[in-house]
Amino acid sequence: MISIRDLSVSYHRKNEDALAIDQLSIDIDAGDIYTFIGPSGCGKSTLLYVLSGILKDYTGSVSIDGRPIDPKAQRIGLILQNYGLLPWKTVCENAVLGIKIKNDRQSLGDYGAYIFKQLGIEGLLDRYPKELSGGQQQRVAIARAFILKPDLLLMDEPFSALDAITREEMQELFFDIWKQHRVTTIFITHSVDEALYLGNKIAILSSAPGRVLEVLENPCFQMDNLRSRDEYYAMSKKLRQIVSKG
Amino acid sequence: MSKVFSTEKWRGALLGFVILIITWYMVSLVVKLPIIPSPWVVFIHVVQIFRAKIAIHVFFSLARIMEGIAIALLIGVPVGFLMGYFEKVDKVLSPVLYFSYPVPKIALLPIIMVLFGLGEASKLIMIVLIIIFQIIITSRDAVKDIPEETFRSLQSLGASKLQTFTEIILPASLSEILTATRLALGTAISILFFTETFGTEYGMGYFIMDSWMRVNYLDMYAGIIVLSFIGFFLFITIDIAERKICSWR
Repeated sequence: MISIRDLSVSYHRKNEDALAIDQLSIDIDAGDIYTFIGPSGCGKSTLLYVLSGILKDYTGSVSIDGRPIDPKAQRIGLILQNYGLLPWKTVCENAVLGIKIKNDRQSLGDYGAYIFKQLGIEGLLDRYPKELSGGQQQRVAIARAFILKPDLLLMDEPFSALDAITREEMQELFFDIWKQHRVTTIFITHSVDEALYLGNKIAILSSAPGRVLEVLENPCFQMDNLRSRDEYYAMSKKLRQIVSKG
Repeated sequence: MSKVFSTEKWRGALLGFVILIITWYMVSLVVKLPIIPSPWVVFIHVVQIFRAKIAIHVFFSLARIMEGIAIALLIGVPVGFLMGYFEKVDKVLSPVLYFSYPVPKIALLPIIMVLFGLGEASKLIMIVLIIIFQIIITSRDAVKDIPEETFRSLQSLGASKLQTFTEIILPASLSEILTATRLALGTAISILFFTETFGTEYGMGYFIMDSWMRVNYLDMYAGIIVLSFIGFFLFITIDIAERKICSWR
């Protein structure tokens, strides 16, 4: 379980401190996907940087299974909007970067090949990122995160740079793989549709500085033909109302 | 990926040479003085005297160029990396660097000669002193130009400083360092020529100046041609290295 208590983060601008997150508290249960939704500039990305150990300048407490955040000790998979691939590494080198950094290459075995196959990138392993489309690059980023076998998966609007059709494909693909591994996931999005499709819990953040307005169980989670159902419309309306009020 | 030397590139290089040689030939026809011999005579002369008279000088000059560049890289790249990565180091060293960069190093030559003698050491020190600045500044800027986001994935994986260095800083800046090396190479050859005019009887600089003083213009031109070819082949070597190492670009 991830427990966030009274988390506040402020950025130092020229003469003033701007508060990005204000006393945010939430508990995230293991094995769930939480989608975080909120207006732009509400500190969603800042929250992920805190959870991934990149941003250390905060007040309040953040712990994973009772221990403080430490990227050296925990396995944290991070998938960013711009994919976060290193341009001088091939697809294969990028995908195994996580376990290389963790000095854990022997645990790869057939698992890497299995993930490559599931993501449909087994034919691209020798290519460089610039030779791939956005969708393919994001598949590599997902492969890297899953090959790491993370304790916690953090995704920062991972599909927002993709076109609509590729985005839906990637959502399905990600969800299929996620179902087999059930990694605790925090998925940041600005799309109500994506929040409903992927999250079994939905956390709604206020506009800046970010606070949690509400955490909802998502009744639409894992429903077939989600986008044509009444529940979907009802939830979608409810979410939009809360977001716009916040 | 394009081949290192496509036929198109060879054709371009050949055309450049042909134009250069024709121009030279025409000038020699117009001037009609022994100080500008025809290129054909010079080329034949190069072939005739290369093994007996020039080869040993090529060897000495090449060794000095390579040593100079190697030393400048070994010192300059780490210093540049430290300045690029650690803001504090940059704040202290940048002013020193900017202050000493414009100092005409040739003016320091008498001091260096007094301190290190007339031999190899002072020649190398001159080369290193002049080219190291470009290498330090390029390495520093290459590190500074790496976007912040590039480091994020590695930070979230808990990478050590060493891992950050080998996985990101080195590969990201290699291409710029090779460009700096290319510039340094041109500069190194011109300084080399200058430093080889004293305290040695070996090196292309010595050979060319000695021929000039003996009024042997054919020898002198042969030396100049060979020196140009040394530069040409060194430049091509760096190009090939860059295409091999930076094929991801």
